[in-house]
Amino acid sequence: MGGSASLLPRDALGEYQELTFLSKQEILLAYKRFSELLPKQERENACSARVPKSHILTLPELRANPFQHRICHVFSTSEAGDNSMSFEDFLAMLSGVSVALPKGTFPVPTDFDDDGTLDRKDLEQLVNCLTGQGEESRLSRAEMEQLIQNILEESDIDKDGTINLSEFQHVVSRSPDFASSFKIVL
Amino acid sequence: MSQPPSITLHVPEGTESDGQEPSPDSERALHTSFHQLILEQSSLIEAGLELEMKERDRESPACLAPPDACAAAWPEPGQGEQCPGYSSASLQILASMPSRTIGRSLGAIISQYCNRTARLRRRSSRPPLQQLCRAARPSLRQYDLDTDPARATLEDKWSLLVKELLSLSPYQRSQMLLTLPISLAEKRTLRRQVNRQRGLLRQHAQHWAPSSPCGWSIVYVGLGCRGLWYRLLSLLRTAQPWHYTLKQISGRFGSSVLSYFLFLKTLLMFNFFSFLILLAFVVALQAVYPPPSASPPPFTGLELLTGAGYFTHSLLYYGYYSNVTLNDPCTPGSKGSACPPAAPPFPYNMPLAYLFSVGVSFLVTCILLVYCVSCSFRESVGSSLGDLAAKVFCAWDFKVIQRRSVKLQCENFCTQLKELLAEQRSRSHSQSLCQRLRHCIVVLLAWTLALGSVLGCTLAVHHLSKHMHVVQQEQRAQGSGRWQQEAILLVLPLVVSLLNALMPHLYNLLAMWEKQDSPVTQVYVAICRNLILKMVVLSLLCFQWLSRSVVCSTEECWETCVGQDLYRFVVMDFIFTLLDTLFGELVWRLILEKRLRQRPEFDIARNVLELIYGQTLTWLGILFAPLLPAVQMLKLLLLFYIKKTSLMRNCQSPSKPWQASHMSTIFITLLCFPFFLGATIFLSYTIWSVQPSETCGPFRGLETIYKSGKSWVLVLQKSNPNITWFAWVHQHLVENTFLLFFTSGALLAVIYFYIQVVRGQQRVICLLREQIAKEGEDKIFLMQKLHSVYEQRERRA
Repeated sequence: MGGSASLLPRDALGEYQELTFLSKQEILLAYKRFSELLPKQERENACSARVPKSHILTLPELRANPFQHRICHVFSTSEAGDNSMSFEDFLAMLSGVSVALPKGTFPVPTDFDDDGTLDRKDLEQLVNCLTGQGEESRLSRAEMEQLIQNILEESDIDKDGTINLSEFQHVVSRSPDFASSFKIVL
Repeated sequence: MSQPPSITLHVPEGTESDGQEPSPDSERALHTSFHQLILEQSSLIEAGLELEMKERDRESPACLAPPDACAAAWPEPGQGEQCPGYSSASLQILASMPSRTIGRSLGAIISQYCNRTARLRRRSSRPPLQQLCRAARPSLRQYDLDTDPARATLEDKWSLLVKELLSLSPYQRSQMLLTLPISLAEKRTLRRQVNRQRGLLRQHAQHWAPSSPCGWSIVYVGLGCRGLWYRLLSLLRTAQPWHYTLKQISGRFGSSVLSYFLFLKTLLMFNFFSFLILLAFVVALQAVYPPPSASPPPFTGLELLTGAGYFTHSLLYYGYYSNVTLNDPCTPGSKGSACPPAAPPFPYNMPLAYLFSVGVSFLVTCILLVYCVSCSFRESVGSSLGDLAAKVFCAWDFKVIQRRSVKLQCENFCTQLKELLAEQRSRSHSQSLCQRLRHCIVVLLAWTLALGSVLGCTLAVHHLSKHMHVVQQEQRAQGSGRWQQEAILLVLPLVVSLLNALMPHLYNLLAMWEKQDSPVTQVYVAICRNLILKMVVLSLLCFQWLSRSVVCSTEECWETCVGQDLYRFVVMDFIFTLLDTLFGELVWRLILEKRLRQRPEFDIARNVLELIYGQTLTWLGILFAPLLPAVQMLKLLLLFYIKKTSLMRNCQSPSKPWQASHMSTIFITLLCFPFFLGATIFLSYTIWSVQPSETCGPFRGLETIYKSGKSWVLVLQKSNPNITWFAWVHQHLVENTFLLFFTSGALLAVIYFYIQVVRGQQRVICLLREQIAKEGEDKIFLMQKLHSVYEQRERRA
């Protein structure tokens, strides 16, 4: 890891450590893993290179995750819209999937139609994502209705039929597991 | 973000925009102002909206919203279930509301955080309760008409944010930067701007800089220390053992199984600290100055199991330690020689050292435990509301990365959801009286069975120990071989460990038969019963050891005997855990795979309770066998690798709904409250009231172990009259029970105070929820009014 430390400038390392929730070792490890995703000739300036989405999805931590596409979409700052990620996007992703997202309001997996709230369609899609793709592990229509009704009753405080960011954060802040389980660890 | 139509509110004089919130009277004025506005300016609004619509069609939406979602961002009319019949124009306005666009618009984020930092700067930690007596809506209260950042341009907002950040303290600033939801590149530019401004400010404000070289050196030393401290912290983080192993485990089995291994690591840490203290102050010194003793019997392998024989007169047990001051130049009994006036080597009072080391190790363990408990409590105190919502939003475990495990997690999640929904449905249908009665009877029966089994086990252990004692006497009278005599000693630990291994399976079966309402209750009930069994058996054993009516009644050195017994219990516990892993996991897997083609689950609760039981035995035995923490450490290390191998080869992740952090809290609390507390009570009773044996150990000949401490205080008092305050403190604070009552009373008062504060805050939360619901109604009302305006316009057109 000494080699990669010399490639990542020291002041950048200090800055990244202050601005994310990661420690120096984690940042260096992230740098190593990120540069492994690049082709050999681009590894010299990994800081400014962008990795296409298909390469990011080969990471073992993201390979089997049902929310992989949403994660890449939310953290990518690419103007071309191809969801490629730079090193800083990668760091932001590791720093806490649950915290401080640059785009889209919700901690990753929820707002599928990007309209800024979770309505019934979003909730349905989320539950389907969570229960998997198999036919036998899906909820029936009636169960889905009951579930969505319950969720809205519990979390929709202003009773407008959708869950906006504050209500979502309110629900999530009461869950003790959120910060530790919503974290991608390299 | 498109600008909202510029609405100018004509608010009557008397309400300032900054600091003073509108009173109910001025709110009335605001309401009438709104009403007039809607009537008079409806045509203006229409014209403004029309212009806006044209602008929105012209500007490309891609610059703000992600391109692949822009089609979905404008829902077609009639599609949204929450807004039936709204026209597309009003839906477009709905979609551009601040609460929905906050994530997409950089300007909105920045202005929100500007406000947040301003509020942070202005107010104290808790908002004053006086604010609530006013009826004004919160949204109006903070409506700064003149300095509304939503109207400023992006550059202005940016510089405003920089200015606000500069006025915060460094810690608050770094926290604010961490939580800003903008991309990392933008955060870096913001940070650089803030630092640049701060550098400029520092140049202007030179007066605070230290003028003397002394001051500068202090500053540099301080900076150097801080740098060292950060480097040490980062080193500590890398020195985490088993990081990759734990990641492997959590990647395949999830956070709940990981909590078992983390608990094991925590126990290892406790034992490490105890061992270190005892090693440094007691064991090492006694090893350097060994007491005169007879030659020990030859070492055979059986000592590792029984702890007797070669180990009896060794550092392992209490009996080996001397009761004199080690390395004392003035040894009593040297006839007529005065103490040499030359510089004496350090005399070391072994009895005091023994007592204080045991005390300090318990104190350190207590502090660490309380700290761990408070950490877990802080994380896991959650309300019971929002069960389903929290489950759906927060239940996905990102640590699981293997494909098969992800699929399994999805299936488990589906099952849990279905169970929760079914439970809700059954709860809403009230059960008939007959069913409820039947359920009651079943529960009662199950509990009677469980408690009866506990009683039965206790009586069995009691009678067995009596019987073993009789057999031992007979064997000694007959003079049978050493092997037989020592094998007899192993019978009681074997039976107790067997009971501890088998009964939990029985309780699991009972819980399944009972069919509790929710699977979580099932798990808790099984843990409870297991716990009761272990506590009762341990209490019986403690009573037997201290009363010495059956066990160790004929020994001269009863403390060594008790230490040996505890050593045997620890070793037997380890052996039975190994056997349980072998049969419970390996053999069971072979059976299950042939029949049902599935693997056994890793039973977290049972394994954790076994760990807790083992740790309690160690704590009970510290006084009698100072090296027992080392034995326990070795046992835990071996257990880690064995359990991990067995887990990887034989098990699948648990299907029951485990909330990992909730479980960790429960485990560490269980460790603290019944078990550590019990061990402390046992130790205190031994030190305060039990007479140590006459012939061996550091406290031989004294009335109680505590007397050694007391006599030391008296000696101090006699030798140096200046420190009578110490004796006074000892007499009036440690021995007097008044202090205990006083501290308990003060603690209770503090707890009551905090309970009242929490209750008050809950009431505030209820009020705020009502207000938010009312705001929602306002929003719907306004949308409907807007929609009616559009309808009128369309009808006119």
